[in-house]
Amino acid sequence: MNRTVEIVGVGWSGFRTISPDLSYKEMIFEAATRAYTEAGIDPRNDVQGFVTAAEDYHEGTSIFDEYTPDQLGSALRPMHTITGDGLHALAAAYMKIASGLMDVVVVEAHSKASNILTLDHITAFAEDPTFERPLAINPIALAGLEMQMLLSAGRFTLEQCAQVVVKNKNNALANPAAAHGAAIGRKTVLESQVVASPLTRLMAAPHADGAIVMVLADSDTAKRLKGKPVRIRGIGWANDTPALDSRDWLHAQYARKSAEMAYRVAGIRHPRSEIDFAEVDDTFAYKELQHLEALQLAKPGEAGILTAQGATERDGELPVNPGGGCLGVGSLLDANGLARVLEVVLQLRGEAGARQLKNVKTGLAFTWRGVPTTSGAAVVLSN
Amino acid sequence: MEHLVYPTRGLSEQAFEKHEVLFETWHVKAEYAWDTGVAIGKYLDALKNGRLIGRRCFKCKRVMVPPRMFCEQCFRPTDEWVYVQDTGIVKTFSLCYVRWDMVRLKEPEIPAVIDLDGASKGMGILHKLGEVDPKAVKVGMRVQAVWKPAAERTGSITDIAYFKPIQ
Amino acid sequence: MGLRRVAVVGAGMTKFVRRAQETGRELAWEAVSKALESCEMTLDQIDCVVMGTAPDAFDGVHMKSEWLADGAGAWGKPYMRGYVGGGTGVFAPAQGWYHVASGLFDTCLVVCEEKMSPTQPHPQAAFNSIFDNITERPLGPNLLWIFAIEMNAYMNRYGLKKEDIALVSVKNKRNAADHPASLLGDPNITVQDVLNSEVLAWPVQRLDVSPVTDGAVAIVLAADSVARRVTPKPIWIEGIGWCLDTAYWTNRDLSYPTYVEEAARRAYAMAGIKEPRKEIHIAEPYDPFDYKELHHLEGLMLFDKGQAPEATALGITQRNGDLPVCPSGGLLGVGNPIAAAGLMKIAELFWQLRGEAGKRQVPGNPRRGVAQAWGDLMQVGTVVVMGK
Repeated sequence: MNRTVEIVGVGWSGFRTISPDLSYKEMIFEAATRAYTEAGIDPRNDVQGFVTAAEDYHEGTSIFDEYTPDQLGSALRPMHTITGDGLHALAAAYMKIASGLMDVVVVEAHSKASNILTLDHITAFAEDPTFERPLAINPIALAGLEMQMLLSAGRFTLEQCAQVVVKNKNNALANPAAAHGAAIGRKTVLESQVVASPLTRLMAAPHADGAIVMVLADSDTAKRLKGKPVRIRGIGWANDTPALDSRDWLHAQYARKSAEMAYRVAGIRHPRSEIDFAEVDDTFAYKELQHLEALQLAKPGEAGILTAQGATERDGELPVNPGGGCLGVGSLLDANGLARVLEVVLQLRGEAGARQLKNVKTGLAFTWRGVPTTSGAAVVLSN
Repeated sequence: MEHLVYPTRGLSEQAFEKHEVLFETWHVKAEYAWDTGVAIGKYLDALKNGRLIGRRCFKCKRVMVPPRMFCEQCFRPTDEWVYVQDTGIVKTFSLCYVRWDMVRLKEPEIPAVIDLDGASKGMGILHKLGEVDPKAVKVGMRVQAVWKPAAERTGSITDIAYFKPIQ
Repeated sequence: MGLRRVAVVGAGMTKFVRRAQETGRELAWEAVSKALESCEMTLDQIDCVVMGTAPDAFDGVHMKSEWLADGAGAWGKPYMRGYVGGGTGVFAPAQGWYHVASGLFDTCLVVCEEKMSPTQPHPQAAFNSIFDNITERPLGPNLLWIFAIEMNAYMNRYGLKKEDIALVSVKNKRNAADHPASLLGDPNITVQDVLNSEVLAWPVQRLDVSPVTDGAVAIVLAADSVARRVTPKPIWIEGIGWCLDTAYWTNRDLSYPTYVEEAARRAYAMAGIKEPRKEIHIAEPYDPFDYKELHHLEGLMLFDKGQAPEATALGITQRNGDLPVCPSGGLLGVGNPIAAAGLMKIAELFWQLRGEAGKRQVPGNPRRGVAQAWGDLMQVGTVVVMGK
């Protein structure tokens, strides 16, 4: 099948640190209504499939897919959940269209992080029950361990990690949807409370609530719809081992392989010159640096230097996280990948307002599922 | 295809009781404070006041309980609040002699789907029946909510203690 | 339609047991290694992995698919878990289908694992959290409630008696006596045994139900030309369909599974089937409770509404009948490790259509079968049509 798949509509609700006025259903209905209006579609008649990304223990409900259809207009329709990141759900939607099975597919992910009172305990619940969990260590320590390893290997400096925070929170100030924009300096970041050394509090993305809905269609159908389509040129996803004892702590293999696949599908041979900008997971500031290298957007050991030089600023040669990333927007749990894609789409459409990048044609969005996983997904988009 | 079935090792309860098998136990601390939002927030508020409330969609004309701010069939916002009655008929039911943790009960719990008067046809809610002989429960039976006293109501579906038959 | 052709080329499974010593990861590995062995393929030849497994609350691991990745052969590979509760086992091959049909991959390993036994005090307790967190959970609901409520609605609408339904349990448990992986096969069970069993939630009695089980199943999918190189007998996935109904289950008519019909329509249309009753030779509908087989047979449009019980009584659905149903022994006979149970049905069709089902073999050279699973709050139907 050689069908081209495009994103023809996007909508979101949020993003805020708390959202007490809306249930998750109401939040999603808002995001969906915006996406459908933009694309000019009626979900009851024009859509052949729907995919959501959600995890039971983030919702506090088992078999959560039961509660996904109504607010998307997919009651009694082909609908399913992917227990993964929204970008995995996007990949599932892409495959349904690329195969020729469906023409229009909707993707949704959301976060009600504010409703989860014991998130650290739940994250720890993802660890191996025999070998890892009984140690009862706060799972953020796994990020501390990895960061320490990278620092010791000389991949970047603490100052460079702090600069990532400064850049992304500052970028977020120009993003009306971002929940955690701030004008702060490196010193503040470095002097914030140590949570799991060498990670300080401000180096870890705080959470936010929100919902994102996207409409995908094959290019022929897209021509008949409203909205400005953005083409999915390539997509890839991969897992490394979940085991703490045998995973590659340095190289983010899940990122390297996801990007390799996405570049291969997109026909991209020299990512550094063919990718104009990127939205890259920065759940922890050091992850942006590690990921940039794994994504082949920086040579090993170079990401921190590029950051210090300003190359990844909005006016730099390779803007990274112009929308603020997780650090500036807020970590949206399973919706993080769609938040990355959302920014890339808006930038490619010229709809990024005060943070608009100039002359961008191709963007990369990359997401990681967070501690304790080694799972990620990448997508290359072009206008 | 017998050779394609792996000889998985089955254990008995005894193996655990007699400690013949090593195992790890964990109690996950999974606590949530769910935002009820507009529709369910109002539903609970009405329950606290001893009322049941629904929402009407002008397009399909349904009066929906539990209320929702959007009609999932028409995919549009719903239009107005409508109080429904606390009486209805039993659409279907069961006599359950086993509790949620598999503890055996002498007197059965009687869950039922109750179509409420004032809501659209077939618009049932889940609740329990009480003050009724289990053998006498029938599909189509008319029932009435038994409310907890106002001082004990907290804004929960359990502000209705159960539904009982209307004589 | 020009869809890429995708076939099942191998299958393997674990024994279904009440409580496995193996961890969930090990169960996945056991099934995968048997599936690869069955078609003499190695993990290197697998391009991507699809996982199906139902609630995380059972195994007791959040983001369960991540933890299971190693056992599922997903190291270094594109890996994704699809989730539709009990419908997952038949949805997973559909998910695998579009991985390959998209053109991104030529082979796909589909694994379904379920380890229900870890949950304490009893796995049933985990089902408490499937109900609406605000409008239903405070009532202390129990999975048996919904089944019993639905069973009652079905029996009431068509004036059925327990005896009519118990025949299904008897048929399937007897069929399962010939399945090497089965937990609950019983060659001698009778209708009276079912009617004498303990009442759990009237009208549901103990022998109407398939109990908690641990197990895993895996299949290998391959695109057209690759499939033919791997095996002389590829079994094609000819149609897929799935459908999820509204969460407001109490607002619905429970006596008919519309969501199964919607899924079946899509699967049949894709397979080019106009008269399922003539063109389907074997059916493996989801039978966690005996009445569900009947309910689903009607949703699959293989019998008119309310007519499946009579067809069962006439012996039409026996292995040597006009339309064999659950020749495997189904969930009632083989066991119910939720997601793995659905994939077990797919594996059964694979073996049946290749003539490799041994003592369970349906006579007459069957050429097309349909498998179906169901789950959530009486909500999702997943259907796959396979043929040779």
